[in-house]
Amino acid sequence: MSISIRNISKQFGTFQALDDVSIDIPSGELVALLGPSGCGKTTLLRIIAGLDYADRGQILLDGDDASARHVRERRVGFVFQHYALFRHMSIADNVAFGLRVRPRRERLAEAEIRRRVKKLLELVQLDWLADRYPPQLSGGQRQRIALARALAVEPKVLLLDEPFGALDAKVRKELRRWLRQLHDEIHVTSVFVTHDQEEALEVADRVVVINKGKVEQIGTPESVYDHPATPFVANFLGSVNLFHGRVEDGHLHLGEHALALGAEGGSEGRAVAFVRPHEFDLVPGWHADGGLPARILRVAAVGPSAQIEVSRVDGELIEVTISRDAFQLLGLAEGDQVSLRPRHIRVFQAEALAA
Amino acid sequence: MSTSIALHAGSLERAETASTREPAWVKVVLISVALSFFAVFLLLPLGTVFAEALRKGWGAYLEALVNRDAWDAIRLTLITAAIAVPLNLVFGVAAAWSIAKFEFRGKRLLITFIDLPFSVSPVISGLIYVLLFGAQGWFGPWLQEHDIQIIFAVPGIVLATIFVTFPFVARELIPLMEAQGSEEEEAAVVLGASGWQVFWHITLPNIKWGLLYGVILCNARAMGEFGAVSVVSGHIRGQTNTMPLFVEILYNEYNYVAAFAVASLLALLAIVTLALKTLVERQTRRQLQEIAATSETET
Repeated sequence: MSISIRNISKQFGTFQALDDVSIDIPSGELVALLGPSGCGKTTLLRIIAGLDYADRGQILLDGDDASARHVRERRVGFVFQHYALFRHMSIADNVAFGLRVRPRRERLAEAEIRRRVKKLLELVQLDWLADRYPPQLSGGQRQRIALARALAVEPKVLLLDEPFGALDAKVRKELRRWLRQLHDEIHVTSVFVTHDQEEALEVADRVVVINKGKVEQIGTPESVYDHPATPFVANFLGSVNLFHGRVEDGHLHLGEHALALGAEGGSEGRAVAFVRPHEFDLVPGWHADGGLPARILRVAAVGPSAQIEVSRVDGELIEVTISRDAFQLLGLAEGDQVSLRPRHIRVFQAEALAA
Repeated sequence: MSTSIALHAGSLERAETASTREPAWVKVVLISVALSFFAVFLLLPLGTVFAEALRKGWGAYLEALVNRDAWDAIRLTLITAAIAVPLNLVFGVAAAWSIAKFEFRGKRLLITFIDLPFSVSPVISGLIYVLLFGAQGWFGPWLQEHDIQIIFAVPGIVLATIFVTFPFVARELIPLMEAQGSEEEEAAVVLGASGWQVFWHITLPNIKWGLLYGVILCNARAMGEFGAVSVVSGHIRGQTNTMPLFVEILYNEYNYVAAFAVASLLALLAIVTLALKTLVERQTRRQLQEIAATSETET
């Protein structure tokens, strides 16, 4: 089922949680709502589910206005951040709940319900836990049970609120891969909320970046990462180095130094520029026309890459990441002079940052 | 050599524990004060009740209980509890539900007012009803015109009892329901459950021990209430005498054995209530620990 979010606005007291948000989600897609905490993403998810109401705007499910439809009738599956498993019911009863509360004439036979529950528990690979109770399960297991319970009613849309938020790092990584595989199997339109950019970029087909109740950018993980539309997106997705300067004749002027901007360029005037740590080339020594002069402060060469902290002449700190092999070839050490040559600079007009 | 070190370490350990512990005599004094207080003020009166009731033997004891007036008092007490407790169960659940699951204006005020019967003297609780429904009260003339008697009759006793026992169920449920939040209910609604199904399958099982605890306390108070009921009762033998009031009448008539015999029934009720309460308390505590454990592993 496709989801159309049309001009949704929501206010809590004087706080504008959502401000004229419009998003189109085609059927079968897995979409991430990404943003810092308090940006309104969970509110939007709850409005799609019908657990909250928008002040203005519409939610269309498969083209039909669902705004007036009760949560019960929306056929959505919702996975809560803290799972909200029914603590007094066994795992099997939890999963069966949605099937058992149906009106008598729509209800499946008990044997059929049991068969379905078994199938769902197999789908989430936890059929051996059927007779346990929620408090006896680990966080990751509860999360998967919550998912199985949501899928039991065959929802047209699956909504997940910070699905991995309460799990430790290792389980998180496993589970999000597993969620991606599961989605590829069952292909139900899914929306999940997260504040973790890595999670959004790894799992989703498309990412919706939200900030302060507004949509900043919608796009595939590659496009939002490589071509951020706003300074917020550039800043929020992955680590970046921020430069304040001026753009004049195709160059970014930072104090007395200038960096060529290449084809993308940027409009003239005061500007902010972003360069990701891995988009720098390091050249030993200072060169008159070759990049920003700096000095190496600290090197952490653990794992496949070397994290290098350098300081510009004016004392500003810059993070650089290059492969460990490349770093060893350069033969640089802490305290050495280097020139930084960005391969890629994203420039925004300075006013855009304030907005 | 090694033994001397061990000895030294041992004495050091003893010195440390001794420094954080009170001297033995403090412990002995505190415990004996607490125990003797308990014996003199709680155990002794309780024992006296049964001793006095049985002073003239089992025959006199049973005789005191098996007579019309005693039966009427017992019956009225049971009827009052049978009306007041279910009503307060419903009110209590409704109040706790609205406070724990909804945000609305005046919520704090409602919480404060639920406690009102606890903070007001029971005599005043009774007087309120006399002022409202008594012959000279606000609704007095109207009630008399329609030949409805509330004060000095069973309805007044029931009303006063409801007022006095109102907080027990609600007070017990509010913290429990607030701790549980409403995510489970929301999950149930999304899965297609109706409001009634949510209450029956999700909310009620989650609060059942707390609810039972509240009902037990509510019932004990409903059967034992004296002050408020005394004001509205009129003390008509066989008609408006509850057990506590009947005890007073018998005592004032110097009928000690009968007074203590009826009192012993109330005391038995108290003991049974305590036993039930301890049992249920254990269950509620376990449930709260489960909630704590669940939220701990989640964060």
